[in-house]
Amino acid sequence: MFNLNDLFAILPVLILVVWACVLLLLDAFLFKQRKGVTAFLSTVGLAAALGFTLAQASGEVVAFSGMYVVDGFAVFIDGLLLVSGLIAVALSYDYLKRMGLARGEYYVLLLFSISGMMLMASASDLIMVFLALELLSIPLYVLSAFARPQVQSEEAGLKYFLLGAFAGGFFVFGTALIYGATGHTGLAQIVAAIESGTLANPQLLLSGAALILVGLGFKVAAVPFHMWTPDVYHGAPSSVVAFMAVGAKAGGFAALLRVFVVAFPALSVDLTPVLWGVAAATLVIGNVVAIAQRNIKRMLAYSSISHAGYILMAFVAYGQDAARLDAVASALFYLLAFALTSFGAWAVVIALERSEGKGLQLDDYAGLGSKYPALAAAMAVFMLSFTGVPPTLGFAGKFFLFRAVLNGGFVGLAILGVVTALISAYYYLRVVVIMYMRPGEPQAHSEPWLNLTAVGAAVGTVLLFVFSQPLFGWAADAVLRLF
Amino acid sequence: MDLLLHPLNLVTFFPLLGVLILLFIKQEHKNASRWVALVTSIVTFGISLWVLYLFDPQKADLQMVINLDWIQVAGWNIKYALGIDGVSILLVLLTTFLAPISILSTWSAVGERVRDFMLFFLLLEVGMVGVFLAQDLFLFYVFWEFTLVPMYFLIGIWGGERRMYAAIKFFLYTMAGSILMLLAILWLGIQGGTFYLPELIQNGNIPADIQFWLFLAFAAAFAIKVPMWPLHSWLPDAHVEAPTAGSVILAGVLLKMGTYGFLRFNIPLFPEAAVQLAPVMALLAVIGILYGAAVSYPQRDVKKLVAYSSVSHLGFVMLGLFALNAQGIQGGILQMVNHGISTGALFLIVGMIYERRHTRQMDAFGGLWKVMPVYAVLSLIVTLSSMGLPGLNGFVGEFTILLGAWGAGAQGASLGSHLFAAFAAAGVILAAIYMLYMFQKLFLGPVTHDENKSLKDLNWREIATLVPLVLLIFWIGLYPKPFFALMGPTVEKLVAALQTAALAMH
Repeated sequence: MFNLNDLFAILPVLILVVWACVLLLLDAFLFKQRKGVTAFLSTVGLAAALGFTLAQASGEVVAFSGMYVVDGFAVFIDGLLLVSGLIAVALSYDYLKRMGLARGEYYVLLLFSISGMMLMASASDLIMVFLALELLSIPLYVLSAFARPQVQSEEAGLKYFLLGAFAGGFFVFGTALIYGATGHTGLAQIVAAIESGTLANPQLLLSGAALILVGLGFKVAAVPFHMWTPDVYHGAPSSVVAFMAVGAKAGGFAALLRVFVVAFPALSVDLTPVLWGVAAATLVIGNVVAIAQRNIKRMLAYSSISHAGYILMAFVAYGQDAARLDAVASALFYLLAFALTSFGAWAVVIALERSEGKGLQLDDYAGLGSKYPALAAAMAVFMLSFTGVPPTLGFAGKFFLFRAVLNGGFVGLAILGVVTALISAYYYLRVVVIMYMRPGEPQAHSEPWLNLTAVGAAVGTVLLFVFSQPLFGWAADAVLRLF
Repeated sequence: MDLLLHPLNLVTFFPLLGVLILLFIKQEHKNASRWVALVTSIVTFGISLWVLYLFDPQKADLQMVINLDWIQVAGWNIKYALGIDGVSILLVLLTTFLAPISILSTWSAVGERVRDFMLFFLLLEVGMVGVFLAQDLFLFYVFWEFTLVPMYFLIGIWGGERRMYAAIKFFLYTMAGSILMLLAILWLGIQGGTFYLPELIQNGNIPADIQFWLFLAFAAAFAIKVPMWPLHSWLPDAHVEAPTAGSVILAGVLLKMGTYGFLRFNIPLFPEAAVQLAPVMALLAVIGILYGAAVSYPQRDVKKLVAYSSVSHLGFVMLGLFALNAQGIQGGILQMVNHGISTGALFLIVGMIYERRHTRQMDAFGGLWKVMPVYAVLSLIVTLSSMGLPGLNGFVGEFTILLGAWGAGAQGASLGSHLFAAFAAAGVILAAIYMLYMFQKLFLGPVTHDENKSLKDLNWREIATLVPLVLLIFWIGLYPKPFFALMGPTVEKLVAALQTAALAMH
């Protein structure tokens, strides 16, 4: 049975879930013209959850007999996710109206998905991770197909669903194998069983861990499990993609980091080369294929794949005690830098998107620099931040990350990282070239929340670089609780 | 408040004030934008003179140091550290001096999106001055990479026909070099526990084999920027496509960031590797001198000729630096300044004629002396300065470098062969050939094209941009002592450290 302490631990998630249910009911009674109320109310829920999350920032709580942990790591990810949720609502509000998609369920689904992501960050039992994964994914499948009856959106939803279900299967199978090897699904018990050295069948454990890596690799879009990404990013409504790019990645990496760092440090001997290969492949494929893209959404899809590769670089050193803290901190910081930059970039994409998928080609950005100087300047900042050029948050993220990689002793991987960053400069700069150096007549929507997000993110990307100390300090304090 | 008004902070960040004002000026108000930029850059120059006044040339160490904690968390020890010494003061002055001149040169040349141009230009100035003052490797890298961004826009938006290609090439080439430096900086920071340069130099004791690799990683960034042969291929493209003011700053200051980098980082941080690799660097420098000269001669585009001549001139600078003795290094530093002045002036001259005729092909001109006498006289002085005529600035720099290189050519000295100096001297003669050939094609003989007959001579604004440069050409040429005095103690100290390193190796 559970007690009040347990309830306190999951209070932020609880608030979100209950609030989402309330909104679902409420929405049914709202007039069609007043659907904006749901958007507003959803931000109230997010803000309340954020408040309670921050209140948990001090101290660690283990709840539900070790199935659920609130530690610095979880609070950091939760905070990131809830702020992402707020930004996602800001991005969606006018866009949905403009595209004729303004339905209240949208925000409800968003809240459900965020609660799944938050559970991912705290789950310390493989069963819990799986449940969280499903809670995260199912609303996203629906959201991807939200622009029905548009074929592309439906296709995106279906494709995401099929491959996501497939990945979920991998995860469950991996869990089963690990249960077979250790007799447990709780991370604490698994690590205890491994350390006792009495495993009858270590291969079973290793295969289980590998399958879990596959399952979560799908969520974070690591190569070779990235195939769904460009199609889903292309077909799904842009506001959904903006949220998914950050949220699903944050949730996936949170679970990946927690499960592997807590439960499988002993497997790092076998898994490090695999992770090395996955990170390298993700960096190369993501950055190289992005060059060939002419559609901004597809380009950003490959860009987000490549950024998963950078975060994986930090993850490669997870098994080394000396490098682990630094690796987790820099991965979290990078995630944050990516989140801010990515939201900003998607805000610009949303501003330029017109109905029926128009305004999404790179050539549609021609002339943006002279016609919409603020929007273009913001986009230029985001592209530079993605590339890792100072003075942007993206640069700080890469700098901190590369130290973790070098600390782990992976000089080759670090060199690969900087070389792929150079490759990425080519396609990010191309956007800037088109915006500023080609004449054109772009059409952008000027909507208050959108402009605020784009400009705010751009200013934040630069200013937070200058004042990155507290931010990185926060990431460094966000320690994983080890058992 | 004291910190905000610290002379080094002011000289670095004052242009940001201009940027801020420009943000509130409408694109249509072109003259307002120009004046804001001009006044800002002149005030910045004034501040740099104030820095010069405060500077004590007797001291060898860093002066007016600002050293604040910036990112001190989770094992990071990153500082916001600025400082100035005999090496950087001249380059800071050069930067702030060339900035108003460049802005003045754009008065009629840049007519579109003037506000944005000035905005990027002032941002570039912040980056450049920052590069010369930063004493923390992280901070240095931030400024170093940041200079790419505004320059990229300057070339890409206001450049010539192939501007997009040139802008991207410029960005990617330079970034390719600096990413390796980034890893080397990280390595130093991790091993040394600090990014503060004086501390890293003092701690020293980096094993010789690792010094070798770190030297190469830093050299990759700087050699591309200089540019040293064979990494120079971005330079002609960038120069030819850049607007005049961009070319002036590119040649005058940005290239110096590369040579400065060698002097500030490679040589003091990795003295043993520097001694070990000096002959290789000198060889590349000499090849650059000869190659640049040989390629300049057949150019038909005046701007391209000047661009390639930069490869040759900067070869001299590199040769001087890697002579690793006081004369060579002092000559190298002075030659950096000289090249900034002479080549900057040459690009201005090319820009002036291009504005009138919209071509830079030599064949389109001839006999301009008769049509534009003032222009011709000023051009002659600059041309002679660039080819190293005694009595003008180029001669002093090149001669000192050759002396240094000759001295370093003795048995057991850093270069170990007199051939380097000998071949470099041949470069001086080649420079005379291609520069005079260019001058002859443009200015002498009869007026061959009717379009040239009605060309207007320079107006007051154009004369005002060239005269300060010409005055400096004479000043350095006739009385270089104050310039050498500024850098003397710092260079002596550096050379002393190098000698200890060389002794330790034998």
